[in-house]
Amino acid sequence: MSPINYVYLAALLFTIGAAGVLIRRNAIVVFMCIELMLNAANLTLVAFSRMHGNLDGQIMAFFVMVVAAAEVVVGLAIIVMLYRARHSASVDDASLMKL
Amino acid sequence: MTALAATAATSTGEAVQFWVLGTVAVLGGLGTVLLRRAVHSALCLAGTMIILALFYLANGAYFLGVVQIVVYTGAVMMLFLFVLMLVGVSAADSLKETLKGQRWMAALCGLGLGTLLIVGIGQVSVGGFNGLAAANAQGNVPALASLLFTKYVVAFEVVGALLTVAAVGATLLTHRERVEKNKSQREQAIERVRGGTQLPPLPAPGVYARHNAVDRPALLPDGSPAELSVSPTLRSRGQIREVSSEQLARLAAIEQRTAEYQGRPTYPGPKDPGERALERETAGEEEAARNGQPSEPEDAAGTEREEAAK
Repeated sequence: MSPINYVYLAALLFTIGAAGVLIRRNAIVVFMCIELMLNAANLTLVAFSRMHGNLDGQIMAFFVMVVAAAEVVVGLAIIVMLYRARHSASVDDASLMKL
Repeated sequence: MTALAATAATSTGEAVQFWVLGTVAVLGGLGTVLLRRAVHSALCLAGTMIILALFYLANGAYFLGVVQIVVYTGAVMMLFLFVLMLVGVSAADSLKETLKGQRWMAALCGLGLGTLLIVGIGQVSVGGFNGLAAANAQGNVPALASLLFTKYVVAFEVVGALLTVAAVGATLLTHRERVEKNKSQREQAIERVRGGTQLPPLPAPGVYARHNAVDRPALLPDGSPAELSVSPTLRSRGQIREVSSEQLARLAAIEQRTAEYQGRPTYPGPKDPGERALERETAGEEEAARNGQPSEPEDAAGTEREEAAK
């Protein structure tokens, strides 16, 4: 099996996540789709690490995980705050500055 | 350890594992995007993440595989579910489109991105795996640690600062300053009397002879359901189980049979409030005319006896 298969799978998952971010209206689900994209990127990094025979890719994936954790914490706090302000988690409702 | 996986050559077993688990991972990703309920999306995503952890393990990233399960499926997804619980589990996506045709455009964009990526990857020629046998020689975790604390130590420090800022930011964002002081019980009582709305406690639900569930409204004396007896949460979700009209009709029939059996005037069935008030006045006059004659007690036992006989 060629290592490129892992990259194909990661590309597929990344695409699904990106489409989800554009399609879904619920802010929490949009966030989950972003997580899916980050995970897909991690899979490529790990596969590349094995491909090249050194561990730098795994270190990169590790940093991506840490940043994703920080992002989830702040993002979910923002969602909770938005929900308190307007009693809805839909991204369509946050349109105060629309003309 | 390195003989287990992450060798240069890939076995048939790994290919089988890739195709089976990869299919499930893609299905999980599709479920995350396509399922309407946010909770179902979260569960699908958790499944995909567990499969990715297995892929990490198969690729010799033992530390990352375990971290993926502990941090992602354990902590992050639970955080998602926790926020879903706060925000409302029943909050499904609305199908109303604010921008016309936005969903189709988005799906098209996704498809375009997908083809671009797949075609781009198709142009690349790669060799096989070099394998992590040399890199993982002293074990995956010590090797990662020696890299992390030498070559990447600055990035590591910065990430530590980032995590601290994120934690402080989250507590700051969700903290709510109390603008006015709490009302005491006495002030609340005074306010309620001034407002003049529902002074006594609300009626209890389900005081109906057959059903005592909380989503069944209590019945008023004339048989109409008392909306106030059901919790406002259930009311706003529309989860009140109505005492159906046929049930009311059956009740009225039983009442009538009882009345016929005992030779009482027949029960007229539920009435609207105006009529009820009028009747109360006339009843009061009749009561005065009868002048202390003991009225017939409400015979609930008679109804039950009638039912038991059937």
